[in-house]
Formats: sequence, structure tokens, C-alpha cells
Amino acid sequence: MSRLVVASIGPASSVQDGGRFGAQRYGLTVSGAMDRLSLAAANTLVGNAPFAAAVEIGPFGATFTARDGAVRVAIAGAPRNADVAGKPVAMDTSLTLKDGETLALGFARGGAFSYLAIEGAIKGDLVFGSLAVNARAGLGSPYPRPLQAGDEFTIDAASGAPELRIELPKPVSGPIRVLLGPQDDEFDDANKALFLDSEWKISATSDRMGYRLEGPAIKHLHGHNIVSDGTVNGSIQVPGNGSPIALMMDRGTSGGYPKIATVITADVGRLAQTSAGTAFRFKAVSMVEAQDEARKFAQLIRSLPDRLRGCDTVELNIEALSDANVAGYAVSAVDAGTWQVMAEP
Amino acid sequence: MRRDNKGLSRPLALIYWTCGRNYAKQGEADFKAEPAFLRSPISTHMAATLPPPRLLPSGDSAVTVEFSRTIDDAANERVLALDKALAASPIDGITETVPTYRSLLVHYDPEKIGFDALGAEILPIASQPLPPATRARRWRIPVAYGGEHGIDLEDVAKALNTTPDDIVARHSGGDYRVAMIGFTPGWSYLSGLDKSLHMSRRQSPRLLTPAGTISIGGVQAGIQCLAAPSGWHLLGRTPVRTYQLHRTPTFLTEPGDRVTFFAIDHKSFEDLDRAAEAGEIVAEQVVA
Repeated sequence: MSRLVVASIGPASSVQDGGRFGAQRYGLTVSGAMDRLSLAAANTLVGNAPFAAAVEIGPFGATFTARDGAVRVAIAGAPRNADVAGKPVAMDTSLTLKDGETLALGFARGGAFSYLAIEGAIKGDLVFGSLAVNARAGLGSPYPRPLQAGDEFTIDAASGAPELRIELPKPVSGPIRVLLGPQDDEFDDANKALFLDSEWKISATSDRMGYRLEGPAIKHLHGHNIVSDGTVNGSIQVPGNGSPIALMMDRGTSGGYPKIATVITADVGRLAQTSAGTAFRFKAVSMVEAQDEARKFAQLIRSLPDRLRGCDTVELNIEALSDANVAGYAVSAVDAGTWQVMAEP
Repeated sequence: MRRDNKGLSRPLALIYWTCGRNYAKQGEADFKAEPAFLRSPISTHMAATLPPPRLLPSGDSAVTVEFSRTIDDAANERVLALDKALAASPIDGITETVPTYRSLLVHYDPEKIGFDALGAEILPIASQPLPPATRARRWRIPVAYGGEHGIDLEDVAKALNTTPDDIVARHSGGDYRVAMIGFTPGWSYLSGLDKSLHMSRRQSPRLLTPAGTISIGGVQAGIQCLAAPSGWHLLGRTPVRTYQLHRTPTFLTEPGDRVTFFAIDHKSFEDLDRAAEAGEIVAEQVVA
């Protein structure tokens, strides 16, 4: 057996998978990856099931060292500087760390969360079918808390399979799409318009439970207390102070503030990857469009194995180099202006 | 690890009796000889179909089936009846249901069923007259009231112009129903709080309240399992874990269950808390 040791890691990093469904009726939070597509892409690269448990890495950097043998991993999600012994590593590819080698990841650029999948997947004790960490409820395995330096994962030795990259569709840009409701009738037309027409920013106090939105105050028609009812990933509730909160994966299963709108399934991961301070807008879509996008999103995740490409082609090398550039090693003048670089502390 | 609670019946009965005697001696509590849970449950019989609920989209993969906009026992019974009906005859595509006070949140897979088709299947079921009430499961929950375990008991008594013992008597004399479970694992929201105990929540919520807190807020009573923020008034603590990993069952309470409370002293709390930590249920189930 090999080990992958967490040599260093920033806050808001934890083991996550597809989430813990089936017990929301008992108040059990679902948790799971903030960006399901990136989790699935990383897992697919190393031959795991799409929603197997992997390391969700928050906005700060992290380093991982292979011990007692080689470990095959893949990284996807928010782009970062990445290298092994100074040699750049591209996002959206697999790589094998030899015994003693360290993969170093920098700060997230243009996003918040990256996913490190390990061939054979992280093992642990399932609770309601999931290893996902929910620190507040003390749930998750092998560590029921955010990861710390010194934590380690025991895995089967690397298979020696050829390295792969994955061709993901061009990221969707534009507004975050929402369906109005379930309590949009708690707001008048002017306030619904204010919500849809304003520019918003994610507050720095956001976490896996909810993203606080900074922008104009949204006023309720009949006060801010409703009788608690169920929530979903992407519910946008408006508390008394008028600043909306988009509920994310560690949300409470019920909530007592009116929910003006709900982010569509296909865009929850995009919202999760919107870094603090970045301006964005919402756009209301129809149920037909939202469900059509949800089906396409599910289809995209199923299609990921068909999007794997060999790493030994010329095409790949160009891709890898270009990715390395994006990660900051040889920044081209053309690319430089287009990034949303998160403020480093 | 013991998972049954057979051996607990006698000690619990003794504690119950002891506390009852103490209250009787003080002459301040109307301690019921017959616990309130022997009263018959609410039953609603209607011949015609009921007014249909509202179907509110909660995104593209869930629908809120809303029976009322307020806290209302009749609406909650319809929520639980629909939940039961959907469990008994599942509709293909539904992945999970979450009952709350006034609505049932139905999660579904839009690859299997669309919003309109699902609504068309749910509405006739949701409009059916309620089936005859069945005997609900009942839990008797021990509570150590006041002191360090219920730091708001004295303030609540002052606010309501009475004594702490009277508050305990009114709270433990109530016949409650689990209306919903939410917020954090096992947090059981109860309907049935005596009107004389209705009071608005605290101005500023506490950032952390203890595991096992028994509290009241507005028209509701609650059993809290894990330490969590709360704006409710803390009357006491129970050693009972409504949620405990690696215990069978992991979750003790279900929406629709009946609940009564009885007072225990703080020493008994410590003993029962240890037993509960070791995996015992320590709540008495009255009707299986």
C-alpha cells in the first residue's frame, strides 16, 4: 500500500464526494463537492467513479507527498500553479507521483475549489453512503473535519496506467441562471427586478454552507419570517437585512427565510467557483430551459470517459504547456489581462 | 454496547416517580397522574377531496408541495399523509422527500420526470381525504430542567409571571407531536406547546447552545440533538440523542411521532447521559 501525505494545506479543504442524500428528512445535511463537474473530471482521469471521494482544495495552496510507493492522482477545477519538483503540471491531467515526490499546488486563480482525485479513491467509513465531510455535524471519513498537514490517505499502489488528460467543454460564461421561487411571491415586482438586474459579489465571509451576496438590499412584502420549509443546493434566501444568501452544500435542510429564487442545477458549480469579490449577475430562465440544462449537465458527466485523451500526443503537449502558462509560469501578454486572480493574503 | 432499552424501564420509572413526589411535595405543579399521551390523537375525516396544495418550483430538481403558509396542525397532517402515500406507492423519478410544518419538499430527477408530469401525479394524491389516524409512536423524554442545563428557565418564569416549577409543569404536562426535523441532524420541531408558554424568540440568538437542549420559541417546542446556534429559550437538557451515529436506529424520532417530557434531577441526567453515550436509547417508547 502507498500513502499520500498532506504535507501542507490551507483552510476550507476537505474530503468530498457526491454527497449524502436520503436523510434530509432527519436534518442530515447533504454536503458533497461544491463543483460536481470538476470532481467528476478528476475522478474520471484516474479511473474512479465520477462521484468517488477526493480532496476538495479551497482557495489556498496545498502540497501532497507520495510515501511507500507511487501514487497516481489527477487535478481539476479552479486553475492553479502546479508542479512536481519544479516541473509544471497541467490542470485536467493525471500524473503519477513516485515515492517521495511532492505535488505542489498554488492559490486558486479564477475560481475557488480544485479537486485532487487519487487512483483507487479515498477509502473510509461510509455514513449514509458518503465520506463527505460536514465539519459541523462531525461527519466524514477518514477525517471528519477539514484536512490538516500530516493527514494521509492509504491507497493501492499506482497502476502504472498511461497518463491522460480530459477535454472539457469550454466553460459556460454569462449570468448565473435561476428559476424564480419557491417564495418569489414574498417580493414585489420592483424587488424581483432589483434582484435580477443588479450586479452581485460573493462576500469574503462565505463558506460551504452559504454564499453571502453583496449588492442592493432586497425588501420583503410581508416581513422576513416564514415558517421553515425545505431547502435545496442553490436556494437563494433573503434574510431580514435584505442581503441574499445562496445556500450551498453544507446548508441546513430547512430554513425560515423567504427564498426568492433557486440556482439551476447546471450552474450551482459555476456559482461555487465564483471567487469572492468577482462581480456577476443572475438571469431568470424557464422551467423548460432549466430542466433541459439539468439533463445536459447529467449527460456531460456521463460522457466524461469519452473525453479522455492520451498524454503522449503532440496535441497534449501543447495543451499541457498552455495550461502551465495559464498557471503562471510563462504568462503570455494576451492571457494576462483575462484572468481573475484572487487576492493573495 | 447495549442497544435495547428494556433494562431501563424500571430505573426510569423510579426517577419519574421521585420527581413526581418532589413536585407534589412542593405543591406547585399540576403533575398529571395520567400522562397526556393517553389522550386520543387528532383525527380528521373528510369525505370530499381536500383543496389542492400549491406546487412551488424549488429549482429544476425539487418541488415544494405547500399546504399552508402558517403553522397549522391540519396542514402538517396532510404533509405527513402525502409523505406516507408517496413512500407506499413511489412515483418513478422521486429521489427523496422532506416533510416540514406546512409543505413537503419532493426532490426528483428531471431526467426521469418533468415538473408538469410530476405535479400531475402528485396533485390527486395530495388532495385525497386523510386516511383514518393510526396510533402514533410515542416517546417519553427525560429532561433535567433549569440550572446549568436550562439557563433561561428562571427568566421565562419571570417573563410569564410565574415560578420555574410551574413552567416545568406546563412544559412537561404537554402532549407534543414531531411536526418536522430539520436545521441540524435530529433537531425535532414539536407542535402542541401550551398557549401559556408561547413567547417570542430571544432578541439576539446564542451562537452556541448545548447538545440535548430542550427549548421553546414562538409557538414551538424543540428537541435539539447537536450543539448549535439558537434563538430559543433553553428550559433544560435531555440525555436522549435523537441522532447518534453507529446506533440502531441512527435517528430516533420521525415526523408524526408523539412526544411527552418528564423531569429528572441533574444526577440522573449524568447517569442517563453516560448510558446514552454508550448507545442506549434512554427514551421510553410507549407504543411500538
